[in-house]
Amino acid sequence: MVKPIIKVRDLTAAYGDSVILENVSFDVRRGEVFVILGGSGCGKSTLMKGLIGLLPPTRGQILIDGGDLASASGAERAALLKKFGVMYQSGALFGSLTLEENVMLAMEEFTRLPFDARRLVARMKLSLVGLERFSGHFPSEVSGGMQKRAAIARAMALDPEILFLDEPSAGLDPVTSAGLDALILSLNKNLGVTFVIVSHELASIYAVADRVIMLDQTKKGILAEGAPADLRDRDANPFVHAFFHREAATA
Amino acid sequence: MDFDQKTGCLKLGEKLDAAEVSKSWTLLADEKSVRQVDASALKTCDGAGLAFLWSLHKEKGAVIEGLNPGIEALLKPFDHLPDEAADAPERDDSLLVHIGRAASQIFGDIRAQVAFIGEFTVTALICLAKPRLVRWGDMWMTAQRAGVDALVVAGMVSFLTGMIMAFQSAVPLRQFGVDIFVVNLVALALLRELGPIMTAVVLAGRSGSAFAAEIGTMKVNEEIDALVTMGLDPMRFLVVPRVLAGLLVTPVLTIYANALGVAGGILVMMTQGFPFMALWNQLVGAVGVSDVMTGIIKSFVFGVLVAGVGCLRGLQTGTGASAVGVSTTRAVVSGIFLIVVVDAVFAAIFYVLKW
Repeated sequence: MVKPIIKVRDLTAAYGDSVILENVSFDVRRGEVFVILGGSGCGKSTLMKGLIGLLPPTRGQILIDGGDLASASGAERAALLKKFGVMYQSGALFGSLTLEENVMLAMEEFTRLPFDARRLVARMKLSLVGLERFSGHFPSEVSGGMQKRAAIARAMALDPEILFLDEPSAGLDPVTSAGLDALILSLNKNLGVTFVIVSHELASIYAVADRVIMLDQTKKGILAEGAPADLRDRDANPFVHAFFHREAATA
Repeated sequence: MDFDQKTGCLKLGEKLDAAEVSKSWTLLADEKSVRQVDASALKTCDGAGLAFLWSLHKEKGAVIEGLNPGIEALLKPFDHLPDEAADAPERDDSLLVHIGRAASQIFGDIRAQVAFIGEFTVTALICLAKPRLVRWGDMWMTAQRAGVDALVVAGMVSFLTGMIMAFQSAVPLRQFGVDIFVVNLVALALLRELGPIMTAVVLAGRSGSAFAAEIGTMKVNEEIDALVTMGLDPMRFLVVPRVLAGLLVTPVLTIYANALGVAGGILVMMTQGFPFMALWNQLVGAVGVSDVMTGIIKSFVFGVLVAGVGCLRGLQTGTGASAVGVSTTRAVVSGIFLIVVVDAVFAAIFYVLKW
């Protein structure tokens, strides 16, 4: 059994009085591609915010490689933050920096690498996502798909063990989306990066996911958990069935 | 990490990470004599370590021996990484191009302003014919934010200006024994020029910038595009209520600021021993209807200018987070510049009309 790299225990997440998730527990194993899915408003983004430390849990605990972001401070928190990279849905690249400079930014802050070394590392990261020819371009000068790939390169700048991707396929054409799936698989296989992905795209989920959890708005928690093919073929829950068979939900 | 100068052999340790590389990069990156790398002890390597190995092998031509197959596999994807970074897309930054671009921008801006005035006039005339087309709710809300909420700052600026002018002019006028004329000076300067200008500048800083930021953010979020595709004219939907609010509140704020400014001047003179009635009589004798009206007429125009320029800059917002900031700055700068230009035009007109 592979040791979990992320442990979520009895997590309750709320915005003020509005509880979004209640008593959610699950593990993400080291080296797997883990997908969080569910209908709109079920708490996917809330869970993602909790995992990356932007929303402290109301109750419960989130452990990243044994460390708790909510209670960590100073050097411990900085060390925990270096363990993961995040790709936001919009890419969130800094518009005033070139793609190369976007990737170099974190290295500038957290390492003592000289400029040439940072630049070469940035080029190598960009080449991993197929953007080595666009290193001098500004985000506004490349397509949306390229921006997302560059955002992955930026998230990988400090060689994190975990990459969180928020809707990586959203707004992309099927060909670019398939390219992104191939990239995720390649990084997972070659670099052993653990992926936690929020996604709706069934094709992508089947292509990359080792395991998925499906959140539910009514239950305020996990409705189903397992390999995507297993959920598609065996889960009896009407909403899970409808989701995986692309039917209008009746549940 | 050990480097033998004689043999040109670099022996790597167990770990090659960013901390290790940052110590060795400058030492070895320019060192042409590294001919061989012994990586037999190397067990872990991060992105910086891979970059170091790649640089030694591809750029310095060093032979790497004993490399762990796992690390070799990590280096594999970079076999075809070009030696030199890709050139940035061509951007001609010569002086001539800068001048041309600036000139084109100025002409484009003038054209945009003329087009905006034309579009606004047409929409305003349509709204005048059919007042139900105006979004009155938005107009009142904007008027409250731009007017009522600005009472304190506009009043304080004017009151203090009146006091400062009185203090500054009292001393020289006293030397001639005519310090009662401080009232004339403060009242005429405030009512004819400073009151309307300062109120308009406060509005440009508070409301013109707010209009530009609001509409600019809507532009960045594609909300303006959504309005257009829904068949709703942004000019009627966004600009008309704001300009009407500006037209409504600027004269009111100007009258209020004028009153407080004159009060500030009178207060200072009272501290100099002048009775209030003497000062009041002096004020009534010095100020005519034309002086009061001059300021109020200007304030109508300033209100339209400040609100209009704020909206125009908002609609001209480009893409990206910095674009909203640029629009806001341009709204304030253009607003203040136009206030001064228009005031100069008014000064010439009033001079000719002998007002």
